[in-house]
Parts: sequence; C-alpha cells; structure tokens
Amino acid sequence: MVKIPDCIEKEEYEKSLSQKKELQKPCEDKVSSETCDITIALAGNANVGKSVIFNYLTGSDQVVGNWPGKTVKRAEGNLFYQGHKIHIIDLPGIYSFSTFSMEEIVSREYIACEKPEIVINVLDASVLERNLFFTLQLMEMEVPMVVCVNQMDIARQKGYDIDTEKLEKALGVPVVPTVAVTGEGLQKLVKEAMNVAKTKNQKNIIEYGGEVEKTIKSLENFLKAEKVDVGYSNRWVAIKLLENDPEINKIVQSESVRAIQFANHLALELEKIHDEPSFAIMASERYALASKIAAGAQNQTKFKITLSEKVDKILIHPVYGYFTSALVIIGLLVWTFIIGNFLSGIITDVMGFFQPVDPALSGPVLAVLWNGAFGGLVAGLTLIVPFIIPFYILLSYIQNSGLLTRVAFMMDSFMQKIGLHGKALIPLILGYGCSVPAIDSTRILETKRERLLAAFAITFAPCSARTIIILSLVAVFVSIWWALALYVLDLVIIFIMGKLALKAMPGESTSLIMEMHSLRIPSSPVILKDTWNRTKSLAYLVFPVFIIGSAVIQLFYVLGVLEPISNFMMPLTVGWLKLPAFAGILLLVGIVRKEFVLLTLVSFVGTDLSLALTSSQFIVLALIGMLYLPCLSTLSILIREFGVKAASVISAANLITAFIVGGIVAHVLSFFA
Amino acid sequence: MSSEKTLSENAEEYLEVIYKLSLEERPVKTTKISKMLNIAPASVSQMIKRLETLGYIDYSPYKGVTLTEEGYAIASKITRKHRLLERFLYDVLHIKKERVHDQACEMEHSLSDDAERALCQLLEQPDECPDDEELIPVCDFKFQTCDECRMRRQEEVNQVGKRDKNLVSITNMKRTEKGKVSFVRGDYKVIRRLMDMGITIGAEISVLEVAPFKGPVKILVRGSNLALGRDIAKNVFVEIIREDPPAEGALSYG
Repeated sequence: MVKIPDCIEKEEYEKSLSQKKELQKPCEDKVSSETCDITIALAGNANVGKSVIFNYLTGSDQVVGNWPGKTVKRAEGNLFYQGHKIHIIDLPGIYSFSTFSMEEIVSREYIACEKPEIVINVLDASVLERNLFFTLQLMEMEVPMVVCVNQMDIARQKGYDIDTEKLEKALGVPVVPTVAVTGEGLQKLVKEAMNVAKTKNQKNIIEYGGEVEKTIKSLENFLKAEKVDVGYSNRWVAIKLLENDPEINKIVQSESVRAIQFANHLALELEKIHDEPSFAIMASERYALASKIAAGAQNQTKFKITLSEKVDKILIHPVYGYFTSALVIIGLLVWTFIIGNFLSGIITDVMGFFQPVDPALSGPVLAVLWNGAFGGLVAGLTLIVPFIIPFYILLSYIQNSGLLTRVAFMMDSFMQKIGLHGKALIPLILGYGCSVPAIDSTRILETKRERLLAAFAITFAPCSARTIIILSLVAVFVSIWWALALYVLDLVIIFIMGKLALKAMPGESTSLIMEMHSLRIPSSPVILKDTWNRTKSLAYLVFPVFIIGSAVIQLFYVLGVLEPISNFMMPLTVGWLKLPAFAGILLLVGIVRKEFVLLTLVSFVGTDLSLALTSSQFIVLALIGMLYLPCLSTLSILIREFGVKAASVISAANLITAFIVGGIVAHVLSFFA
Repeated sequence: MSSEKTLSENAEEYLEVIYKLSLEERPVKTTKISKMLNIAPASVSQMIKRLETLGYIDYSPYKGVTLTEEGYAIASKITRKHRLLERFLYDVLHIKKERVHDQACEMEHSLSDDAERALCQLLEQPDECPDDEELIPVCDFKFQTCDECRMRRQEEVNQVGKRDKNLVSITNMKRTEKGKVSFVRGDYKVIRRLMDMGITIGAEISVLEVAPFKGPVKILVRGSNLALGRDIAKNVFVEIIREDPPAEGALSYG
C-alpha cells in the first residue's frame, strides 16, 4: 500500500499533536505586524499565481523565511495604500484543510489565531471547480474574504467564459477577476479587500444540503451549549469533528468529552445514510456544491486546444517525452557548468590579488584574518555567484513554468527504483553542481525519509569542487582515463550507497499525486525574487561557515595544532592509505571546502605536485578528497535540514566509505606498482 | 498471542463453558462441565489435564477448576465474540432466537479481532446478547473509550465506495473513455488526499496520458489535470460511462 505524498512524518505529526498548548495558544509568536493597521492573507491552491500577486502588492518590501520551527516557507511584506500600512502574508499553496501536511496546519492555525482582517482567496479561473473546493473550506472558517479569480486569460484561451457576478451571488463574497501577470484587476482587488476589511461585518456562511447541513447545525449548537471555544468557529469545529480531524478532536476532547461522543454518534448516523466514511461524505458534499457553483458561473463557449496543451502533448508523450525531459535535465546541468565555469573564471581573475600570505613572514594575526577569514569570504563568493545563482534562476524557471512537473511525470518510474519518486530527480541533478542547493532543494520532496535518502545520495555526488580535485590532481598528473575511472567509481558508489540507505531506512515509497497545471511563461519578477530569496537564505548559511571555518583552520595552522593531529592520523594516512604524512593536514583543511585540499597542497610543494606524490598517491588522495566528508557548508545545511544526528550519520557513512574504498584502492595500486 | 492460534476450537469451547459456569460458582465442578457440554466425564478430565498443562486453568481434585489469568482472557474473548455474533445474527440477519446460539458457536472460532471490532461498532457497542440476556464481556483492545476505538477505525479505513465486478481500474481505461469513480482503496491518507483533489465517489474521470514503464497516469478530473503514480492509480476504480452518439462536446476528449 502506498503512503500519502504530502504528509508529514508520523512522529512530527504526533509532536504537533502533543504541542497542544501551542495549538491552543499559537498566537504567541506574533508577526512583526504591530505597526500595521490591516493584515491581508493570501490563500489558495498551489500554482494559482499567489506569489505573483504577492510580489505585485509588496514590491521589494518583503521578508521570506520559515514558519517558526517548521520547514514551511513563510513570505510576508508590507503595502502602503491610501494612508494605511497593510501587512500581507502569502500562505503556502494548499488544496484542503483536512489532510495532514505542515503547510495545511500552518495555514489554518494562522487564519484561526492571527485572525487576519481579510483573506484573499486566489483561484485559478481555468480550474474553477477544484479551486472552489478550497474556497468553501475557507468559508467554513467564517473569515472575512474576497475571492480573486486569477488567470482569467488562460481560462479565456481554454474557451471558458466566467461570470464573476454570478459567482459573487452564489458565494456571497466579493469576487474580482484578475490576470496577475499583467496586473489586470489587482487595483480593484485591493480596493475590495479594503472595503471588506473596514466594514468588518461580512456574512459569508455557506450551507450544505439536506442531512449533512442538519448534522453540522446540530453539532454546532451542541458545541455552543457545551461552551466549547477552541479559537476556531464552532461551525468549522463541528465540520472538522465530523470529518474526524485528529487535531481538532484532541483539542475539543480536552474541553468536552461529551462533544466528541455526540460528534461520533452523528458521524455514525451520516455514515449509515451514505454508506461511506464521514470524511468522504464531507468531501463529496463540498465538491457537489463547488460543482454547482462552478457550473452556474462558467460557460465553456468553445473547445479550444491551446498552445500549452499542444506542447504538453509532446512533453509527456510516451516517446518524445523522454527526449524533452532529458533535454531539460541536460540543459540545466550544461547551463550550470558552462555559466558557472565562465563566471567563476572571471571572479577568480578579479580576485586574483588574493594570495595566501606566509604566516612566517606576515605574522599570525594577518594570516588568520587574511588567509582565513578573507579566504573564506572569497571561497564563498566563488561558490555562490557563479554556480548557485544561475542554477537557481533556471531552476525557478523550470519550476514556475510547469516543466518540472512534466519531467517528474516522465521520470517517476525510474526514480521509484531507488525508492524515490519523480520529483526527487531535481535534487539529484543539482548534486552534480553543488551539494548545498541540492540538499536545500530536497524540500520539494514530501516525507523526511525521502529527503534523507536523496540528501544521502547527494553527499556522494561529484559536485563541481570534487570535479576540480579529480581533474587537477588525477587528470593533470596521472591521466584523463584515471580521472574518468574515478568518476565512474563514484557513480557506482552512489548507486551502492543509495541501495544500502534504502535497506537501512525501509519504508513504503510514496507515490505521486501531483497537479499538472497549464504550462505558462513565468513572470520574471517572480523568478528573480525567488532566486534572490533562495540565494539570500543560502548566503546567510554559507558565508559565516566559510569565514569562521576557514579562519579557525588557519588559526590551528598558525598555532601548530594541525601538525600533531596530522601526526596522530599517521597510521591511517600513511599506514593504511599510503599517503605522505602531510596528507592529514590536507584532509583537515579540506573540510572547510574541498578545493582547499588542492590549494594547501600547492602551498606546501609548489605547482609541480608530481615531485611530492606518486601516481597512485594522486589517485588515492583525489578519491579520499572526493568522498571523505561533506564540506562545511554541506554539513551545516544537513544539520539545518535534518538535525545533528542525521548529519553525523551521513558524515560517518561518508568517512567510512572513503577510508575503506581509499584503502582498498591504495593497496591494489601498490600491488601493481 | 500465539497460543491463541494453536488452541483448538474444542479447547476454546471448554474455556467458554468454564467461564460461563464460573460466574455462578467457583471452582467449577467437572461434572457440571461434562453435563453442559454433553461429553463423557472421562473425556472431560482428559481435556482438563491438557488445559492445565497449557496453563489456562488450575485444577484441584474433588474441588474443580478455576481459570488462570491467561485462560480467563481467552475465555472472555471467545465469549464476547460468541455473544456479539448472536446479536448480529439476531439483530441484523433476523435469525430465530433459538438458532443463533448454535450458529454463533460455529462462527466464533474463526472471527478475527478486526471483525470483532467492526461488529461491535456496527451494533453500537451492545452489552447483552439476545437469547439469554447474558452480559457481553468487554473487549481487550487498548483503547480508552469506544469513541477512541471508532476514531482510530476511521483512520484505518482503506477503501471507500463499493466494489463491483463491472468496475475498471483507471490504469485500464482507454484514452477515449470516461468513467465515474465508484471505488477507491489505499492508505487512509492517500484516500483523503485523493478526495481533496476531487476524486470523490461519483466524480467523472478521463485518462489523458499513461507514462510507459509503469509510470504515472495523467487524468482529467473536475477540470484539473492530475498525475497519479501507478500504485495509486491502479486502486482507483471507475464505472465506464457509455458515451451517447457523439455530442458537440465529445471532441474535447480527443
């Protein structure tokens, strides 16, 4: 049996249940909105253009971070409008409030506790019925709201004619048609939202049919009589109890056990009538109403096959689809490598004035500051600017245009073989460029297990730094064929370790449930903002690590601490790996960044490395350098995403693999030499 | 408990009788057991010895038998199943009162714990059996309340809708066909997610594309395009809608 993709891990989920105190009083971690008089929340399905609207409204005045304690993106910003300072928050894109993803929990707690003055519900006009399903759930929460029917242009292209006035009448809340990418209708949207926010007496209760409505009402009344108050509206709580929502169940249980018993009784009655579980009855009921409203408001005048649909046919064609998918993947890699190498070359030239000083001549303080701290800064710059920014730009383009979902669709069956699904492809590809954004992007995977599996494989992938080591040690001083052999060996190791990890972390692999929205050309501000935000959060992580890490290593070097450690490692480096004694120091500095292995080696023996090392030593050193530990920035992102324990296990696996494989290769080579 | 499985129906029957008799008088005299079961005293004492070596009862000559803790657990469970079945046979299937006992005796040994739990919920936690109004022993599940038991059972739901032999899995649908969702099975959370995405019972689905190598299936449901992994898609069953002679709208499904 398959597990739900977007679900949070069980323990996480139970943790969130046990944090009942936080649930009842989640309003403690207030956002910095004190100075604002009005808060607007944007809510809606994924890919309906919420972030385009958010960017349009907030301009550059925005902050993107995480929800406290959760790996869910939180974007907020401010808008000045007619003398008001308006706080705008972009809630994660979700389809429902009923299942168990962190995004959904975060969203509903926000709406219930922070009580935004108004919620703008953004809909995709071309998928009206499915979007209305979520609108109805928002209305159940009885929040003041305005409905924004976005992507009217795409709906028109598909031949849908949407009568927003009829929609307004059916829903009882203001409805504004928009085309966010061109800004059409957004002024009116803000105006309507402000109107609702100011009048504050919107009545927007949506009623379901027959016995379902009766059941909801009687439970609602019962809750009122029992004086149950858990922060949410009683009607919503009643519906959630009937749906058997575990969280609401828990909260209500602590206030009134009788309410739970009554809810169970009512749910049982409903189930008897419909012969379906109560959650299915509620979903059907909502969809029935959504379907009715959608049918009344939209009219498909003509059936047109849009260009996007024609392109789509090719993208997921059983034969051509593989070519286009391969093209996208290769394109992303080639783009990153070519642009990256080009930019990296320029930056290295510009930074050419940076030469390590000799501590013996300059004194220890300068060595630590210059070689260490400043060197770390340069190392960070040459990582982020050339490789990561171009990569993020193209990735954001692929994601926002909808290409990624098509590639995931085509590649799903292959990814299932290593325990992951289609969407896991992207992090793995990223790993060839740099592990840090690769591990960062494992967030697109749903379960923690999958994210760990992918991250584990990524730490073995030949990132650009490892490629540099292989090329400059082995390709230059041994032969290009040996370099290639190392590359192949690395791929074999990834595969074997991936399989081992799958054995070590058994579990059901998740299967795909993914919406394939229409292909579109993404708006460039969104892409640039996206890239900027991602880069910024990464820079905050990488730069301190590089600067401090590199300075500490230099300090150790100056203080002469590295020497004894290196000597201590002698049995391993010299005995087992058959490397020169100074290899210990190389490996120590390489922890900061893999290229340092090379740089330090050069500073020890000059540019002609062949004077100091034999061919087999080159190969072994490159191999160890490639595998032995994730670099500091990778390590810190591993810790950030998965915690210290998982990061240490992954590092230990790396280390052990490196020394076992390295030792075997060293002994085999010495046997032939 | 593995011992439960190895226990013969016969032994279960003995424990059940001892359980019933020990409500009146303890220890239970072997003669009473032989009378109740209508079995010769010699065979009864043979079985008693076996049960004693298994640790289900304590036997003291001339006094009689008492159930050990382990024996009591088995006996009360089987009695509970027996009486729940009686209720079911009588209340739901409307079988005559005097015949439910024998029927229940046959069925009780093969009734699984899951079925016992479902039965209890179906009958809304009955406390008496129909024929002699004896109390139904409480269940041994680790739930604090019947509500908790019911709530957990909802999370164990692994199918919605009705299975019917005319149903077709959407992985077997042809591209021109339309179907109406009739039956969905899978993990609770998967089912809930599918429902949220619009795949509710009765929703219309058409298949747009099937990726090769057991890849995902792209479907059209409620105006939205969804990709479902093969493992999920194969568990969504539809009733094929026979298309009427091509109407104007039929082209759109090409």
